[in-house]
Amino acid sequence: MDAATSELVPDSVKSFVVHMYRHIREKNVYEIHQMYESSFQTLSERLFKETAWPVVDAVAPYVDNDHVFRLLYKEMWYRHLYAKLAPTLKQRIDSFDNYCSLFQVVLHGVVNMQLPNQWLWDMVDEFVYQFQSFCQYRAKMKNKTEQEIGLLKQNDQAWNVFGVLNFLQALVEKSTIHEILQRDKEGLEQFTANDGYDYNGGSNVLKVLGYFSMIGLLRVHCLLGDYHTGLNCLLPIDISQQGVFTSVIGSHITTIYHYGFANLMLRRYVEGIREFNKILLYIYKTKQFHQKSPQYEQILKKNEQMYALLAICLSLCPQVKLVEEAVNAQLREKYGEKMSRMQRYDDEAFALYDELFSYACPKFITPSSPSFEEPLVNYNQDAYRLQLKLFLYEVKQQQLLSGVRTFLKVYSTISLAKLASYMEVDEPTLRTILMTYKHKTHSVAANGKIMSNADVDFYIDDDMIHVIDSKPSKRYGDYFLRQIAKFEGVITELDRVKLE
Amino acid sequence: MGRELENEQYTVEELVAVNPYNPDILADLENYVNQQVASQTYNLDANLCLLRLYQFLPEKTSTQIVARILIKALMAMPAPDFSLCLFLIPERVQMEDQFKTLIILSHYLETARFRQFWDEAAKSRHIVEAVPGFEQAIQAYAIHVLSLTYQKVPRSILAETINIEGVSLDKFIEHQVENSGWAVENNAEGQVIILPVNEFNHPELKKNAADSIPLEHITRIFPILS
Repeated sequence: MDAATSELVPDSVKSFVVHMYRHIREKNVYEIHQMYESSFQTLSERLFKETAWPVVDAVAPYVDNDHVFRLLYKEMWYRHLYAKLAPTLKQRIDSFDNYCSLFQVVLHGVVNMQLPNQWLWDMVDEFVYQFQSFCQYRAKMKNKTEQEIGLLKQNDQAWNVFGVLNFLQALVEKSTIHEILQRDKEGLEQFTANDGYDYNGGSNVLKVLGYFSMIGLLRVHCLLGDYHTGLNCLLPIDISQQGVFTSVIGSHITTIYHYGFANLMLRRYVEGIREFNKILLYIYKTKQFHQKSPQYEQILKKNEQMYALLAICLSLCPQVKLVEEAVNAQLREKYGEKMSRMQRYDDEAFALYDELFSYACPKFITPSSPSFEEPLVNYNQDAYRLQLKLFLYEVKQQQLLSGVRTFLKVYSTISLAKLASYMEVDEPTLRTILMTYKHKTHSVAANGKIMSNADVDFYIDDDMIHVIDSKPSKRYGDYFLRQIAKFEGVITELDRVKLE
Repeated sequence: MGRELENEQYTVEELVAVNPYNPDILADLENYVNQQVASQTYNLDANLCLLRLYQFLPEKTSTQIVARILIKALMAMPAPDFSLCLFLIPERVQMEDQFKTLIILSHYLETARFRQFWDEAAKSRHIVEAVPGFEQAIQAYAIHVLSLTYQKVPRSILAETINIEGVSLDKFIEHQVENSGWAVENNAEGQVIILPVNEFNHPELKKNAADSIPLEHITRIFPILS
């Protein structure tokens, strides 16, 4: 560090930290956001494209050596390092320590700052990303040097899964975000309407970090393969409405991507299709506004992955009616041909399910520490392979359903014997296929209710199958509600006009 | 963290709610699994919490407890709990024979092959009989799938699906007629059981339900209506 402190700090960096520090002290969220989103990127592009920013000790003299500012600066410093360079093990550990110190400060309530939602989201997002990255790195034991192994053994608390989960959980609890959202819903508190900011002189930091930590927990649980618990962590957020999570595009996408993926794994395909459709339409319409954003590449990547997940959902549950035309057109262009091959359920089809899943799934992790016993083995693929295997197992269980669906679509009544002969199976087998169809197309919702995901439905009366092609029921009720509210608005507007 | 001293005062549900990421509750959760087995109760959240702790601390894994959790999860069908548990159990643990058997049993249930299921279960009595209520729970699932599929089901199909025959089946049907709205009809080939009406075996009932509006949404126009 000593050599580093004497390194020259460019004037533009000096000016950056001085201004940033001042804006933070003056709680000027707008200016902080500008500097954070734009100046930091510009300077990074111009001066630190392939190197790290000056170390914190070098800039500390310009910001009164302020403890909290140092932590914030280091948070950005490591994030930039992770994005541009390959972090060393030592740097990974130090970054974890920095997050610990930062979160401790927030949790013990000594901060009185207002920070932009974008930055607070990035903190949670990056914290989880670095945890995931560490688990991947640690699991590649084969090519570790003796020194690295020594360091790993010594620092077994760094990025420890208990520590990571407990920090997120502590932020959720200490922020009392569950209660805040409850009061918000009852109209007793303005959280959503103010995008989480505090306009009464307080700080938004703990509240909003707590809020985003719920999404962080959803993501960590998905990385661990615990989809049920992940969705539970998200329950306090009503994702059908606008909320603070939609105020930052990255948080919006992360939430829906993991929500949709978890529902796919829980076989609630319709729920997955609905939410993927909504967010993909949103991205389709707003993409151009994010072109300059540092998150643009990430947005595009997740966009592509969600099309792949949508293709999987629709192949298992062909409810194309739920998908908007614009999204459907994109989907056909990207996956139309693959999707028709996926319907065939032969070996090639399984290879396609494998391909799309592998491309679009989260980067699953093994959270436990490695065994340091020789021979050292890589286990970074274990978690992914398990989730893939179980997913393909599910696909296999559904392989006969696509055939039965094709027949059901063209008959209104058909006897079991006749359908069995068409499908070239015996009658008892056909009965099991039909029951499997029913079981797989009826999922259990979060509240325990049975939900039908079936596009074509039927019932058996003794030996006859009666088919009902479920027409999409138009949501007249919602439509009328919206129109009533809209007309009321127009009438109020008109009332204000005074006719002379 | 620091809460372990107070464990005595919490129920296991509260421990899971308050402090789910705490290795110190592992033993409590294991006892709780045994308690669920003995008292024929079930708590998925607590069991997932335990599997998660095993995932974090693989050396602490008790395969006996894992097996019990999986059997309880099978009993929760049609809910996808069995897969939810498998997602958390490392592959090398799943290689054990008892788990292979349970995975096969789950596969038969998932694909509605009840005859194979009952045959396989009979061969593995030592595994499934350790959990009271197993047979009844699977029968309840079988009836659930039948009621999704059939308005009227032949007696022989019912017998095969729930693995009950003869006089016992007569008694079973009689009980369902009295308590669950079943009816019996006789035709040329024998008895046919009429299952209670629901929106899945009478899909025409579903349409009305689809356009229902939750009260919450209606409240939005209350100010306008008043």
